[in-house]
Amino acid sequence: MELYDESTKVVAGLKFGLLSPEMIRKISVAKIDTPELYDEEGLPIPGGVMDRRLGTIEPGVRCATCGNTPLNCPGHFGHIELARPVIHPEFAKYIHTLLRATCRRCGRLLLQPDKIEKNRKRMEALGKHWIMLKYRFAEAIQKEAASINSCPHCRAPQYKIKFEKPYIFYEERDGILVKLSSAEIRERLERIPDEDLELLGFNPKDARPEWMVLRVLPVVPPAVRPSITLESGDRSEDDLTHKLVDILRVNQRLRENIEAGAPPLIVDDLWGLLQYHVATYFDNELPGIPPARHRSGRPLRTLAQRLKGKEGRFRGSLAGKRVDFSARTVISPDPNIGINEVGVPIDIAKVLIVPEKVTPWNIEEMRELVKNGPNRYPGANYIVRPDGARIDLRYVKDLEGLAQTLKPGYIVERHLRDGDIVLFNRQPSLHRMSIMAHIVKVLPYKTFRLNLLVCTPYNADFDGDEMNLHVPQSEEARAEARSLMLVQEQILTPRYGGPIIGAIHDYISGAYLFTRKDTIFDKNSASQLLYIAGYEGDLPEPAILKPGPYWTGKQLVSIFLPDDMDYVGRASVAPASGQCDEEFCENDGYVLIRNGKLLTGVFDKQALGAEKPETVLHEIVKEYGTEKAREIMDTMFRIFIAYLDMHGFTMGIDTIEIPESAIKDIEDILRKAEEDVQKLIDQYLSGELTPMPGKTRRETLEELIMQRLAQARTEAGEIASKYLGMTNHAVIMAKTGARGSMLNLTQMAAVLGQMSIRGKRIERGYIDRTLPHFRQRDLSPRARGFVYSNFSKGLRPTEFFFHAISGREGLVDTAVRTAQSGYMYRRLANALQDFYVAYDGSVRTSEGFIVQLRYGEDGVDPARSDHGRAVNVDKIIKKVLARRGEK
Amino acid sequence: MPKKINVLNHVLVPQHIVLSREDAIKILKKMGIKKKELPWILASDPAARAVGAKPGDVIMIIRESPTAGKSITFRYVMPG
Ligand SMILES: [Mg+2]
Ligand SMILES: [Zn+2]
Ligand SMILES: [Zn+2]
Ligand SMILES: [Zn+2]
Repeated sequence: MELYDESTKVVAGLKFGLLSPEMIRKISVAKIDTPELYDEEGLPIPGGVMDRRLGTIEPGVRCATCGNTPLNCPGHFGHIELARPVIHPEFAKYIHTLLRATCRRCGRLLLQPDKIEKNRKRMEALGKHWIMLKYRFAEAIQKEAASINSCPHCRAPQYKIKFEKPYIFYEERDGILVKLSSAEIRERLERIPDEDLELLGFNPKDARPEWMVLRVLPVVPPAVRPSITLESGDRSEDDLTHKLVDILRVNQRLRENIEAGAPPLIVDDLWGLLQYHVATYFDNELPGIPPARHRSGRPLRTLAQRLKGKEGRFRGSLAGKRVDFSARTVISPDPNIGINEVGVPIDIAKVLIVPEKVTPWNIEEMRELVKNGPNRYPGANYIVRPDGARIDLRYVKDLEGLAQTLKPGYIVERHLRDGDIVLFNRQPSLHRMSIMAHIVKVLPYKTFRLNLLVCTPYNADFDGDEMNLHVPQSEEARAEARSLMLVQEQILTPRYGGPIIGAIHDYISGAYLFTRKDTIFDKNSASQLLYIAGYEGDLPEPAILKPGPYWTGKQLVSIFLPDDMDYVGRASVAPASGQCDEEFCENDGYVLIRNGKLLTGVFDKQALGAEKPETVLHEIVKEYGTEKAREIMDTMFRIFIAYLDMHGFTMGIDTIEIPESAIKDIEDILRKAEEDVQKLIDQYLSGELTPMPGKTRRETLEELIMQRLAQARTEAGEIASKYLGMTNHAVIMAKTGARGSMLNLTQMAAVLGQMSIRGKRIERGYIDRTLPHFRQRDLSPRARGFVYSNFSKGLRPTEFFFHAISGREGLVDTAVRTAQSGYMYRRLANALQDFYVAYDGSVRTSEGFIVQLRYGEDGVDPARSDHGRAVNVDKIIKKVLARRGEK
Repeated sequence: MPKKINVLNHVLVPQHIVLSREDAIKILKKMGIKKKELPWILASDPAARAVGAKPGDVIMIIRESPTAGKSITFRYVMPG
């Protein structure tokens, strides 16, 4: 591939060090000493920070150093000679360590000569193999040396060094704080010998400590601080340019004052100011000093701010980039496309392109595409000739003629079309199923369309969600996407052993209704449903012959099950185990599949549901493969939706209506509970209530009241449930696991129950009461957040308020949880991203260090496991016995 | 004087065994890895001190595992 020729070089390593003043001068192409930027004609002043020698960014002007146009000139550094040295704020911490560990007079490390020798030998030994330990050892030496208060070499007494962030140092001489000037600090650092520095963890060749106190400041080229010309013709300079001008201005004043022999007070003031400007030039968010501001009051964005944080160079520009060949739009559902497919709007298909090499076999087809051009679908946007020249078809008049010039070897960048493979993504990308490969189906309108079964892995709904789409551009990328990332390959989640793609909502309601015992079809409807599934085979023998041929839902479902499949399980609608009569279950909850025929039981969440392991669906994926599973989801599952359309499925206010007599019964239950609670309160007030172990009397009372009220709600719910049977659509949804719960229904039909904050009855608000509607110290259920009403009847004002309190707590909890788990995930992902499972089964870091000798200690891939176990012996036994007709 | 506690007796501390040179070489050879690829343990680690491991030794750790039942792993002892 011509792309990788010659220019490929191997990076052997990276070394970080400090620039010496000599080095800075050597790199520099211009000495900068004038705070002015431009002369009267608007031309850059030589010696100013916009000096032409630093490279130019104005079009049409050539660089005064390298002679290149702005596009090719890389920019060149200049330098400023500082009138007095200043501390580089990023290194103040290290300066502090060095000052404390070395002698203030002779510069030697504050340890006995024999000890220094011993440590040096140890350091050398460590340096050979354990570089990390070397630095730990250096830290120990630093600590020890800092505690010595008299130099072992020259006997000079050592004072305590106080470091005031970000760059001020004091020496505590006999209880008096004396400020150390940068010049003095620099001299002390200069005196430290190279050999002693090595013991302190420094590499004197690349980082002499006196270089941390700047005498010369590099001036970055204008290429990284471009000025912008406003519409008014005024020039607006970059924050860094402003900062450099500030430094130059103070530097000039400082030099003039020194030369004029100004009093030390004035010189020191200016020196401090220079230090401030240099410090904020590097980092404008240093603790302890006010940030430098723009005239408008906005803090300047200086070097550190460019790198730090989410929008900074690392996280914003390098780790996260904007990409080509991608699209984003709103998503909407389409139950009629396959789970592997994605509907792409035609307008997007005309912009996203796939490079296709012209061959003798596709040349006619490619010619057609070129003839259609960029605006007519399916067409092409560019042609790349073998010599590398790109032809933009937007500007070609004679497309017909161009199409004829097409020869094998040309590349046609054609529109996206049906059958292309693309990556589809919904943020937040929390697991690998957040990016899956789909096969394109170009459709009208403006939204991406996806099959409802893939909502679960993407965690998508259609209340305005948007998703991203990416078109792989190389053959390798396409092959990988197709074989590793295709939706059907992601049915089993690696989080636990089980399918993450499976029936939800209406698929479950539909499956239940369809597979119920009393669901039968005549030839017409049976054919109609099978046609919707795309079934082309024969109808099985009808289960009912008189009064005419009728097929059961179970029969039709069996058409799609693998012929040799055996399965035994329990449906969601089945009563709790022990109360179920298996084949004779009253709810038909015993799912029995023998030789690919559904004999008893209904399909609901426990058979086909998403995120449910050990189900019929899980069995199919594991035993018959992802292709079979996909086929079933694209055929059988579609029937469930179609049948739900045929059958009609709805819910209204009357769905949760219960008779007048039941309402009376519920009122009685609640009245009884209220009386009991009042009795408890009376006992408490008269002091008769005995506290429970570990609880105060008041806590005991609350506990008992909560228990009694919970019991009342349960009883009320049971009464309501009596009138909400399996013919009720809301109940079907709750019992089959499609949506909602019986609790939701009883809250609608009977009573809402106790509202709570942090698991307790509501007690805050006003003095000794929750709302001014109640008396103080009223402990009755009504005054403490018990809601007697139901959603159907509607809530009283006070009840509504309590309900809102409880609801708000839920919202806050969710918000806090997502923020916390989001940050935790980020840290985990950053820490673990380079780990891999090696061919010997061990988990290793990118350097080859072993983290686990076997992946997960057992070497089992959870996606292929049986609910985390490598084999499920019970299941195998059950299956063998079932096959032999035993139990 | 405070009572000396043997950390190895604590329920949460798995079994640590210092391998002989020969055993260590044999086991590492069987796994096809070098000493340096192993995770590290400091010689000053309470468990390492309790079994008297010296820098350069290999410690075998046997512990209960929720996935594998019993899991065996190794640590290379570091000076420190
Ligand atoms: Mg949404
Ligand atoms: Zn240049
Ligand atoms: Zn000294
Ligand atoms: Zn049953």
